Amino acid sequence: MRRAPLLPALIFTIIVTQIPFLLTIFYSLQSWNLVRPGSQQWVWFDNYVSVFQDSQFRGVALNTVIMTLGSVLIALVLGLVLALLLNRHFIGRGVVRTLLVTPFLITPVAAALLWKTTLLDPTYGLINFVLSPFGVGEEAWISDFPLASVMVALIWQWTPFMMLLLLAGLQSMPTDQIEAARMDGAGAWAIFRELTLPHLRRFIELGTVLGAIYLVNTFDAVYMITQGGPGTASANLPFYIYQRAFLGFDIGQSAAMGVVVVVMTIIVATFALRLVFRSFGAAEGSN
Amino acid sequence: MATTTERGPATATSEPADQEIRRSTRTGPVLLTTLTWILAIGFFFPVLWMVLTAFKTEGDAQSSPPTFVFTPTFEQFATVFDAGIGPYLANSLGATVISTLLVLLLATPAAFALSMRPVEKTQDVLFFFISTKMLPVVAAIVPIYVVVNNVGLLDNIWTLIVLYTAMNLPIAVWMMRSFFLEVPSELLEAASMDGASLGRTLREVVLPIISPGIFATALICVIFSWNEFFFAVNLTSANAGTMPTFLVQFVTSQGLYFAQLSAAATLAALPVIIAGWVAQNKLVQGLSFGAVK
Repeated sequence: MRRAPLLPALIFTIIVTQIPFLLTIFYSLQSWNLVRPGSQQWVWFDNYVSVFQDSQFRGVALNTVIMTLGSVLIALVLGLVLALLLNRHFIGRGVVRTLLVTPFLITPVAAALLWKTTLLDPTYGLINFVLSPFGVGEEAWISDFPLASVMVALIWQWTPFMMLLLLAGLQSMPTDQIEAARMDGAGAWAIFRELTLPHLRRFIELGTVLGAIYLVNTFDAVYMITQGGPGTASANLPFYIYQRAFLGFDIGQSAAMGVVVVVMTIIVATFALRLVFRSFGAAEGSN
Repeated sequence: MATTTERGPATATSEPADQEIRRSTRTGPVLLTTLTWILAIGFFFPVLWMVLTAFKTEGDAQSSPPTFVFTPTFEQFATVFDAGIGPYLANSLGATVISTLLVLLLATPAAFALSMRPVEKTQDVLFFFISTKMLPVVAAIVPIYVVVNNVGLLDNIWTLIVLYTAMNLPIAVWMMRSFFLEVPSELLEAASMDGASLGRTLREVVLPIISPGIFATALICVIFSWNEFFFAVNLTSANAGTMPTFLVQFVTSQGLYFAQLSAAATLAALPVIIAGWVAQNKLVQGLSFGAVK
């Protein structure tokens, strides 16, 4: 009886999120191209064989790892620096926090469009103007460094998130401990390493996991800034599968790639989930 | 960089400025504050630049060096409205509001059930909910497209509403559960001693305590639904398109004119920016799955 209120949410989630995945497995065993009606037939594991033989797929998978991990880590470090700077009393602290949080709120498609045009444009972009005193000319960032350009937009959007999370962590720190350590003559660096970092650990873990969950699904920035190009230089798995499915209409192939992505994600996620659970879920559940 | 990380915690932990600050003089805090302001303005500037560019003429927007002083014009916003932003705005509003309400409707009872005294399998259920967020959306898009196409719901706003509800439900359940856990159990016991029905207890005791949490949950759902692009671009076109798809369609049809697209981007991003500014604290609670109080 107690579980009755749980059922609507549970059933809804199972239907909408699990059935598509089962269907993905089903389609992945078939050869089916939407532009050739009647082409649907069982091919069993052929699609998987070609996925693993596809060198582009491997390159794109590597891009996905670089894009996700690189963006999460850089955003985390920048977020930590900003959180430490903000965890002080100074004039205009509220305003500063408001300014810093804005990049996270802006619609990702709009953000990507901004980076592509007004900021990174070789001729009219603000970035080249700002860098011109340093001898940077009309650098075409997006065509010369496509993957890095996409990542800059992602890092810009996710640093505020990391900052907010870590700032909340810093503010939940017991001050008496730090006072005591300072009384004992501990230096700033020692306090940071021995007290602040261990306290922040679960917040850092949470930020890493949540950031990775969202960033591994990055689509908007790739779609808007580079379209995965040149070639597949800046394509990640979501974009590559999208191309196969909606531009190539190859349902079987893209489904097989989807399954491969899910399996890879499950491997990473089981590890990551345990981390989150140990930090948050389990402690709460046991009360 | 090194100085920032070393100095950050030193000042972070010295509360009142007049406390003993070893070896660092008065200039230390001033320098750090200046640095903080410079970084904050640096992070915010792209957004400001977008808004400024939206009020420029195309000539001012695409100039080298960039134009900082100009006569503002509403010409670009007029172009955006002429391009038929209305239906997209309405769709975004509809998809966001309805899916958020549905999420609250489904998540509240579920979170309540999960917050009650260790129900068996609570952990498993929580684990299941959050694990659905880990599965990459892209792996589901092919069958979703095929099914939606077969039942004739392509380019239909209800398709997006259902998907956005499913997308936000797991986060909402986690968040709301953490808020329910904060309700002191003595309060519930006292209410039932007094003979209050479960419905009345919920309405008069629990609801007032968790209403800030409901608000935080709603805010997160609004942000993610409003900004969602992947489902929108693949499953909708002219009828059910939302603001992010309007942006793409606008740029595709009009070309990359900086001032115009900045005006369109400003209109697309503004509602969520304002909502997030107003409720910053809720944002943290929401994004950390309620782990940060």
